[in-house]
This record gives sequence, C-alpha cells and structure tokens, in this order.
Amino acid sequence: MGKTLAEKILSEKSGQDARAGQIVISRVDVAAFQDGTGPLGVRQIQKLKIDKVRAPKSIVFIDHAAPSPRRELSNDHMLLRDFCAKSGAILSEVGEGVIHQRLVESYVKPGDVVIGADSHTCTPGALCAFATGMGSTDVAIGMALGRTWFKVPETFKIEIKGKFQPGVGAKDLILYLIGMIGADGATYKALEFGGETIENMSMESRFTLTNMAVEAGAKVGLIASDKVTREYLKRMGRLKDWRPIVPDPDAKYEKVIEIDVSKLEPQIACPHTVDNTKPVSEVKGTKIHQIFIGTCTNGRIEDLKIAANILKGKKVAPGVRLIVIPASRMVFLEASKLGLLDIFVRAGGIILGPGCGPCVGVHEGVLGDGEVCLSTANRNFKGRMGNPEGFIYLSSPATAAYSAIKGVISDPREILKKKRTKRKG
Amino acid sequence: MIKGRVYKFGDNINTDDIYPGRYLSITTDREEMAKHCFELAYPDFLKTARPGDIIVAGKNFGCGSSREQAATCLKYFGISVVIAESFARIFYRNAINLGLPILIAPGITKRVEHGDMLEVDLEKGIVKNLRTNDEIKTIPLPSFILEILSEGGLVPYLRKKLGSGEKGGNK
Repeated sequence: MGKTLAEKILSEKSGQDARAGQIVISRVDVAAFQDGTGPLGVRQIQKLKIDKVRAPKSIVFIDHAAPSPRRELSNDHMLLRDFCAKSGAILSEVGEGVIHQRLVESYVKPGDVVIGADSHTCTPGALCAFATGMGSTDVAIGMALGRTWFKVPETFKIEIKGKFQPGVGAKDLILYLIGMIGADGATYKALEFGGETIENMSMESRFTLTNMAVEAGAKVGLIASDKVTREYLKRMGRLKDWRPIVPDPDAKYEKVIEIDVSKLEPQIACPHTVDNTKPVSEVKGTKIHQIFIGTCTNGRIEDLKIAANILKGKKVAPGVRLIVIPASRMVFLEASKLGLLDIFVRAGGIILGPGCGPCVGVHEGVLGDGEVCLSTANRNFKGRMGNPEGFIYLSSPATAAYSAIKGVISDPREILKKKRTKRKG
Repeated sequence: MIKGRVYKFGDNINTDDIYPGRYLSITTDREEMAKHCFELAYPDFLKTARPGDIIVAGKNFGCGSSREQAATCLKYFGISVVIAESFARIFYRNAINLGLPILIAPGITKRVEHGDMLEVDLEKGIVKNLRTNDEIKTIPLPSFILEILSEGGLVPYLRKKLGSGEKGGNK
C-alpha cells in the first residue's frame, strides 16, 4: 500500500516502515528555538549536562522581541548568544528575520525532519519537510540528542482546484479552510495540500498555507516537492538541496476535502478565534485603527508586492496607522531594491526591522482599549497583540492594503477590478 | 488519589489565554509565573481559584502557541490536574514533559459543574464527582507517562534514566 508524504518522510528518517498511528523514533535534521521559548529550552539542556548539540542544524533565532524592549529580554538574548557560542548551535541575530522565514530561505530542504519551539514551525512543510512545533523541553531534547519520537499522523488530503479571482489568494483559502473545519478540525493530523491550484501556486503562497496548518490543530502541513520547489531553492542559491518527493497514488487518506477557489471571496477571521472566518462582504465597513502587513504568514516579497501595488500613489486614511515589516533581511533588501518600501512610506506607513513585530504583543504596536487591528498575521486571540481590550481581524495583504486606504475593512477586488479595466482601456 | 475543586472553562482555551505573551521571559520564578495564569483573558481565575483546584475544560484545551509556560504556570499555581474533552497536541506533550497531570475525558463538561468536588484516580483513569456520585471514565495514561509524571517531568525522568554522566547519545 502506498504512502502519504508524512509516512514517506518519517519512514526514511526512522529507518522503518512508518504508517499512520505508529510511534517512531526519528532523526532530527533541524531543531530551532526562538527568543520566547529558547531560554527555557537552553536551561533544560544545561540541566541534562549536555555540552554540544547533536541535531545537524541546531539554530536559535532572536526574532520575537528584536531588538529587545526590556532588560529581562535583553538578558535572555545574552543567555541565547552564550549558549550558541558554547554548544555549536547557529545564532540568527536581531535583524535577520522571523524563524519560519529564515528556516525556509536558508536551512530546510525537502525530506527533512524539523522541530521548532514555536507552533508555526509547520511553515517549512511547503518544502516537503516534516516540520512541526513542540514545546521547549521537547525541542531541547531533540536538539541535544538529534532524535525525537513522533506518532505518525493520519493525513487529510486537501485537494484544491480552480483559479483565484484577482485580489483573492492563498491567505483567503487557508482562512476559508480553517473556518470550514474549525480550530480543532485537524488535531494531530497531517494536512497534505494538492491539486491543480497548488501545482500552479508560488512557493511564497504555499508557505502561507502550511504556516497556518496549526490553526486547524494540525501537526504538519505538507506539499509535494516539485518544480516550483526546485525554482525556489535555486533562487535561494540552494539548488543542490532539491529532490522530488511526491505522495504515492494509492496512499491512504483519512479524509479528502475538495475546494474550488474560483468563486472564493476574500476572507476575514474575526475576533477572537481564527476559525471565526467570514467573507469580506459580511464585515465590510468595520472601522480600523491599525493595519499590520508582515509576519511569517504574509511578510514575504510576494505579499509586499501585492500590498505596494495597491498602495502606490495612494494615502493611508486619516486615523489609521500602517505598519509594514518584511519577514527577513533578505525580503527587506529585495523590497528596498524594488522601491516597495518607498511606496509604503510615501503612503503614510512605517517600516520596522525584520522580526515578529506586533504579532506577539511584546512591543512595536500594542493596541489601545477598544482599538481594532487588521493584520496579515495568523492569530487573533484575545490579548494576542498585548491588550485583551483590543480586537484583531486577520486578512490577506491585498485586503489589508486596500482597507488601509479606506480606513474600514474593504474588498480588494474593487480596486483590482478598476486597475484591470484601466490597463485594458 | 487527587481530590480537588473544579474550575471550569469552555472550548478552545488557547495558550495566550493561559499565559500572556508579554510574560514569556519569566521562566523560573514559580510565584511570579503563577501570578499571571489567565491574567488577561479570565481575570476572575486569579481572584477565585485556589492551589489544589482541578481544571475541567471543553475541547481543544491549550491550542495556539507552543509556549510551555502555559503548562508550567498552571503547575506552579498548584493546579492538580487538567481534565478536558480534548487537548491541542503541543500542550498535551508539554504538560507531560513538565509534570502537569492531564486526562482526556470525552463528555466530562456535561457531567461536572464549576465548583464541584472531584476525586481523580490517575492510574485507573477514573474521575468521581462527589456531588453527584457519578463515575466518569477517562482515557487512562500509559504507564511510562505515569512514570514521567511521578518523576516531575521529562528532564528529571531522563536524568534518572541516563545517569548524570551522560553527554547525549546518537544511538
């Protein structure tokens, strides 16, 4: 009987015929901490009296509070730097970017097993890596020993067909899927995305899909390694890291979910859960105080291009603050070269350094009581952006950019249709 | 046998609710961590919950971020056991790794009310509601997990198994 992507990767890394439901001990190729979860993990490694880490790529990313806003966090950063210097782990400094973006740009290759002390570690699954989030202690032990245990997940096949309307994309699709199956709809499962829409989708958009797999409770979100993957790795200067991996045609899936995106409307996740999604037409007109375009979900060059295309020559509505954060130094440099940063600043926005920014509510854009933020992030929990009295709506970069101009939640198809007609005329 | 009073929650309680992101840098100070359990999302918890209480919750308890401070803070507060209809997977593993007992009990929210007294037998996986005398069967924990919990978590368990001289292995 054939295998799913999850079963294929775990079979290779565990050296046994891994099937859904089994517990396997797997090699770990990449183990990662960030500055919110790293200090705890480092202390656990120290308690075990282990001096050198064994996972081939052990990496510590300083991104969640970067640069540090408080002395306690500055001291945590010092602990992490010291750990890297002594243990052989790689340090990703303040300014290099968000863990998940940096993992896909420079570290993860198809077929890898990746564990990270951050729930959105499922992002590199778009490169066909078995990548999952765990707690600090689990990652500490995986990093120290180069091994961890997994229960091989059952897989939901997510089969996507159709062509998106202009102004609609991967973020709308994943919000729609989470709304459909719920925040616990795929708990413990692997999501395997496939179908013609995925085959024709850019790598950047694929990362947006797998990034949010955990918001439906999934353990991993996987996409076959194909020519799009190859082109991406080539662009990153890592062509040698590419190899094709596809699921077997007779693989066994627990469930198949089919979605046709050709009529999909832009989607909005409303406060305070990600599965509280609605088509934009139902929340149009909601007043916004802050717009945030960035994060490991939508802070990539493709996202910034979409937003800049809408904001070019326009002004952010009075009373709205627009914050833009490229997800990594690489994205920042490319956006700068393309003149995108200029467009955002001229429109009245502010650009902050690569990192998580306001998404985790530690610094840079904490909401006031009763304020509303429209964000391209992946989570809108109460208090997420530092204030339980704030309201967070989630959307695509296109919806966020157009809403910034209007000052209220708006449908980006309006402006994109106009632009199209203009171009044709 | 664990005996305690119920503090009840609904579905989808996330880790931002349990332990706000702004306190992530506090990782070792037990009293300080305990002071922030549910601080922003459910401020009543800190006013009325007591050490020894049992948390009973709906489905998907602990969803969201991977922060294990969410499990640690409950342990430091003195929560004796968390019983839920279901758990998010990262939280479930974290709780075991950190020595916070947890039980999956489908249907429990219909049979237990806020403030009820419960008697919990972790080994047998049986929960008794002392108000109603109702006996609720949960999914019992495997023996190696009970062993990890009784050692106080995965690190103390491994230290005991590995002995203190072990430098990590690639077996």
